[in-house]
Amino acid sequence: MTTAAEARQKAPLWVRWLLPKDAPLYQRNDAVIGWLMAAPALIILTVFLVIPFFMAFFWSFTNQRLISPNPTEWVGLRNFGRLLNVQVFNLEPERDAAGHIVYEEGAIQYPRLRTFTRNNPDYPHLDGLREFTSWQSGENRTVILVGDVVFLRALINTLIFAAVIAPLQGGLALVLALLLNQALPFINVFRSVYFAPVVVSMVVVSLLWRFIYDGHNGLLNTILGILSFGNFQPVDWLGNPYTAMPALIAMSAWQAVGFHMVIWLAGLQTIPASLYEAAGLDGAGAWQKFRYVTWPGLRNTAVLVLIVITIQAMGLFVQVDVMTRGGPLDATQSVVFQAVQRGYDKQDIAEGSAISVVLFIIVFIIAMVQRYITREKE
Amino acid sequence: MAKRKFGISFVQVVNHTRCKMKKALSVVLFVVLLLSMSGIANAQTELSLWYHGAGNETERSILLGIIDDFNMAQSEYTVVLEEFPQESYNSSIVAAALAGDLPDIIDVDGPVMPGWAWSGYMQPLNLSEGALDDFLPGAIGEWHGEVYSVGLWDAAVSIYARRSVLEAHDIRIPTLDDPWSGDEFDAILEQLQASGDYEYALDLGMAWTGEWYPYAFSPFLQSFGGDMIDRSTYLTAEGVLNGEAGVAFGEWWQSLFERGLAPGTSQDGADRETGFIDGKYALQWNGNWAGINTLAAVGDDLLFLPAPDFGSGSTIGAASWQFGISSSSMNAEGANAFIEHAIQDEYLAAFSDGIGLIPATAGAAALSEHYSEGGALEVYFGLSEAQALVRPVTPGYATVALVFEKALADIANGADVQDTLDAAVDEIDQDIEDNMGYGFGDM
Repeated sequence: MTTAAEARQKAPLWVRWLLPKDAPLYQRNDAVIGWLMAAPALIILTVFLVIPFFMAFFWSFTNQRLISPNPTEWVGLRNFGRLLNVQVFNLEPERDAAGHIVYEEGAIQYPRLRTFTRNNPDYPHLDGLREFTSWQSGENRTVILVGDVVFLRALINTLIFAAVIAPLQGGLALVLALLLNQALPFINVFRSVYFAPVVVSMVVVSLLWRFIYDGHNGLLNTILGILSFGNFQPVDWLGNPYTAMPALIAMSAWQAVGFHMVIWLAGLQTIPASLYEAAGLDGAGAWQKFRYVTWPGLRNTAVLVLIVITIQAMGLFVQVDVMTRGGPLDATQSVVFQAVQRGYDKQDIAEGSAISVVLFIIVFIIAMVQRYITREKE
Repeated sequence: MAKRKFGISFVQVVNHTRCKMKKALSVVLFVVLLLSMSGIANAQTELSLWYHGAGNETERSILLGIIDDFNMAQSEYTVVLEEFPQESYNSSIVAAALAGDLPDIIDVDGPVMPGWAWSGYMQPLNLSEGALDDFLPGAIGEWHGEVYSVGLWDAAVSIYARRSVLEAHDIRIPTLDDPWSGDEFDAILEQLQASGDYEYALDLGMAWTGEWYPYAFSPFLQSFGGDMIDRSTYLTAEGVLNGEAGVAFGEWWQSLFERGLAPGTSQDGADRETGFIDGKYALQWNGNWAGINTLAAVGDDLLFLPAPDFGSGSTIGAASWQFGISSSSMNAEGANAFIEHAIQDEYLAAFSDGIGLIPATAGAAALSEHYSEGGALEVYFGLSEAQALVRPVTPGYATVALVFEKALADIANGADVQDTLDAAVDEIDQDIEDNMGYGFGDM
């Protein structure tokens, strides 16, 4: 019999390094086999996820281009500065020669912002900035000027998208799951039908929904027209800045609802039927059964569904790329769409990387907050 | 150890064989030797050619015909074709360049060529004197005074109209020498819209996002007197894109959509394809590639009209896919020979007949089915010859095109014209600065 110490000395260096000093021989073999089995996944994850992640992180501090003969240079936080530059500016009204405020049709007249933000040596810190939003404060206007309006809109749009779709899609999926968690005839047919959009490519779904949302003779306008006996004025769903994002949200929620429905169904089937029987004997109604038996039983499922939907929503891309390309008027810009457009289409890998890093930090924070809120309380 | 052991056993085996076997073996060896030697003697230098048109059988067969002719006509080189789908072609080239694995001959989209030349992916062509004399200007790709690429065809756009419609509304039919003026064009759109016969008077093709925007719409801007970038320096867009002419163009552009004369950015792709044929739109701004199909549906009534003149003359976009030589090719001589072989009139005409594009020379046009005298699309050759203006010849075009596309979409959707163009200029200028001038002067 060899002792553990002897076995250690015979083992290759990397095995010795992996194992605690007093590990017995059989553990040595287990560790080797374990690492071997994990190796394919580890290698793939390293090559396609870990390395690109660190490359993006590195490039976000450089001026790396997709194709360029110029050398890559370290630019520090320049890319992040451009993305996140925000200034507050007080715009004073126009005054005539006597110093009185100029009114036109009862409205205070202001000089054009471009007189301050473009080639004005007195305001170098405003050069190239654009108005994000503004409001009246006294006779002045307070203007929020930002370095990158499109990115900021993309960020806000993405956060709104995630905030709306998480409860919408999760809730809808739960309702469907509850309806389908019954022993009805042909129940598998219904389950398949709701799951069908999930297996269809998002590109195809997006193309189809472009027809549905068509501003003139799209399916949605036609149906609403019939339901309202022709009183409904057709809406250009994707062409109107106010309806474009809700249209994307509705379509996205529909597309993936089947996937989350299946997760909910799996969760529902882990709840023992005896609990429902006991609740029934205690005189609980349908709502009480849901509130005190089903919902607590679905706790872990709910956490999973919520986090998965949120992370998927933060990666909003295909719908935007196929249906709106960020328009109209940036109403549907998304962070990933901007990262791809800048990094690849505009060949600015550094800027695209910087956006990815910002997105990573945001998703990381959101995931941490969600985990904290939904943690198991003692 | 192992080696010697094998050697001994081999000797033993040989010793055990009879004389006959020995002879047979030596004969086999001799034949093998002979074959390999003849192989060396006949070895031709292989030229690899990458092409973007995978999936198009017609294109493939024409190109293979050209390659076969070349391979038969001389014994020094063999061209080998490798095809890629258009969507992934550019990224394949970039990846190959990064890996140092470019083919000898590449094809390249006209506006992309400067970027690849600047990045050192390509080397200038070295064709015989006068080889490109008769070529349409849009089919020749120049960068810093040297020809890097040449196209077998060009593309052009025009206004599609029905003669019967124009006559019914008493509208003058414009000619190449006397196109509609800006005001005239605008009044015609108003008139056609007011007739109530159409959903929209003019279909601009807003559904075709991407390269269509700069390709098809920057000519309007140029006709107003502006441009996407200052072509005298290629270092800024200030004053050119957002100057008076630019803003005038922007205001007119916006008014097209405000007045409901043209379908906006949410136009349905299917309407773009069939709207004019179905009579939803009175006029259509479209390329020659759609000519054959539209002609088949509309018949002799169809007219291809030149772009209106908003004051600074009419222009249309130019440059399509072209052939060039990679910088890493060790066989530039052979690659040049192949390109010179490929740009013969008969091949230009074959491509034109096969896929409907404008042949790059007048001689080829005369040989072609659609562009010869009396041919259905003849007018396009004249348009390309007279009005073609290539898109800005700078590596920065990739960014310029996207910025311009977004600006036009935003203006169409009601954004402030001056602010939007200012922002576009800032983005273009920033990009030029970040790239140290893209090889134009020092920055």
